[in-house]
Amino acid sequence: MTNAIEAEGLRRSYSGDFEAVRGISFTVPRGEIFALLGTNGAGKTSTVELLEGLAAPSAGTARVLGHDPYRERAAVRPRIGVMLQEGGFPSDLTVAETVRMWAGCTTHARPTAEALDATGLAGREQVRVKQLSGGERRRLDLALALLGRPEVLFLDEPTTGLDAEGRRDTWDLVRALRDGGTTVLLTTHYLEEAETLADRLAIMHRGQIVLSGTPAEVTAARPARIRFTLPEGVPAARLPLHLRAAEDDGRVEIRTGSLQDDLAVLLRWAGENDIRLDALDARSASLEEAFLDIAAGRAGEPRPLAPDSSHAPTGPDSAAAPTASPAATASDTSLASEAVR
Amino acid sequence: MSSLARVPSRIPSRIPSRFPSRARLVALGRAELTLLVRNRTALFGALLVPLLVVEAVRSSLRSTDLGKAGTSVAEVAVTGAMGMALLIGVYSNLVAAFVARRETLVLKRLRTGEPTDPEILTGIALPAATLALLQCAVLAIGGIAVLDLPAPARPELLLAGAVLGTVLLTTLAAATSAVTRTPESAQLTALPLVLVSSIGSGLFVPLSVLPERLASVCELLPLTGVMTLVRSGWTGGAEAGDLLGAAATAVAWIALSVFAVQRWFRWDPRR
Repeated sequence: MTNAIEAEGLRRSYSGDFEAVRGISFTVPRGEIFALLGTNGAGKTSTVELLEGLAAPSAGTARVLGHDPYRERAAVRPRIGVMLQEGGFPSDLTVAETVRMWAGCTTHARPTAEALDATGLAGREQVRVKQLSGGERRRLDLALALLGRPEVLFLDEPTTGLDAEGRRDTWDLVRALRDGGTTVLLTTHYLEEAETLADRLAIMHRGQIVLSGTPAEVTAARPARIRFTLPEGVPAARLPLHLRAAEDDGRVEIRTGSLQDDLAVLLRWAGENDIRLDALDARSASLEEAFLDIAAGRAGEPRPLAPDSSHAPTGPDSAAAPTASPAATASDTSLASEAVR
Repeated sequence: MSSLARVPSRIPSRIPSRFPSRARLVALGRAELTLLVRNRTALFGALLVPLLVVEAVRSSLRSTDLGKAGTSVAEVAVTGAMGMALLIGVYSNLVAAFVARRETLVLKRLRTGEPTDPEILTGIALPAATLALLQCAVLAIGGIAVLDLPAPARPELLLAGAVLGTVLLTTLAAATSAVTRTPESAQLTALPLVLVSSIGSGLFVPLSVLPERLASVCELLPLTGVMTLVRSGWTGGAEAGDLLGAAATAVAWIALSVFAVQRWFRWDPRR
């Protein structure tokens, strides 16, 4: 058995006809970090809860370490660690009391000090949970998830509420765990987190996986972007014709599949015409592009990049992004940014 | 952050057991006891109410002749106080505790770990239940030492009544939590059983002084069987058939509330 997690056609309905998970399939091999990425309400948590065995799917099957996590709870629980999206600790217990309670419920628990040390909570043992900062509570949650030396670790938005340093520490810890053989399934809405941490990722939208693969695969099909501001009196219409440019309030954005060539054309043009490009910014395709397109409802790639994204919808506007008319592209991008915030 | 030990490449003997794990019950119970001690209102309510009951009953019944009902003021005061210790200390407290743990996602969190569902509920109930049983013991000893009660005629019935009552009120509390939205409203949803029991289950008024038809309805109330056992423990002299009926009533209510818990108990806040 090489797959730690297998999801096949998972669906989850809530009372009131709302279907939060609409046919999700993916697998996570042992020792891999897999990220579920999506906006709020995309169905990430609902999916993870099915795999954690907190709820039974309304259709499809979930397997964790070869077992049904809901029906064979007793077989799966001792081998997994779960970090929920929200704490769930009695606020009147201290950190030490909370860890001690959890350790008493855990087979082969790590020493308390080791777990608290790993999550940077050493020295906070006597503090009541209600007096911890939001970030410290996330670390406590992580400490409990690690306590049983899990083979599979579920992390639901592990770094939400952490400062930049805390986030980096958590990433280092998750990588160290992966290097030690732990399989990690994490959800996040931080693109940077998925991009730097995940071996593979899937982008969810409205209960389905619309794009999946390695971060490189997911971004490979995306256009790069050049942005700059033209001086007063120089209309965007004077730009070399073949550049697909969109102007929005003096700020110009060019989307391109060949960043180096188009940037060279642009800079030569500016040099020859003695035009100064203010706030020039050129960047290669990123996960952000893919994500923003999907968040805005333009499912990026109609064709699956990996076998497990076979459920990707192929709507009429699926392939709109790269070929959109310049004006539409600019306004859609700003809409998309709204959607992410 | 320091480095962590690697995941062991083993699967040591982890045989899932059907029996509750003592280690887990102790861990959960200990945390819950800490919370109970830190929740002054609940703790003092549970500890003081039975003592107040003893005093209230004694002063209000002092002039009443209870000889006809085959009982005494001191006996009514002590059995009534035991009933209240169970109702307030176990039932009311646990309705609030179950709801509070559910609404703060503690139940959900515990379910991500190794404890089974019955272990979680038992662990949470453990301190309040132990405390109530201790209180019953203190009341019995106090009744004998301070109120000059004769020693219980059949202590094993007293014990059986207290234990059955604790189990029954714990499961009823879990069932009641399903219809309770917030820990605050637990005071309201727990009220009907507390009132009905204190009037109709023979906590203070022996059923034998009620009209016959009313008494036979009251026999079927959840706590009546328990109180019959407790009272018979003090006075002795109950017929075997009555005792069996009382125990059967209590067990039937336990079965009913276990069914209700399996069916309707909520582990998640309603969203």
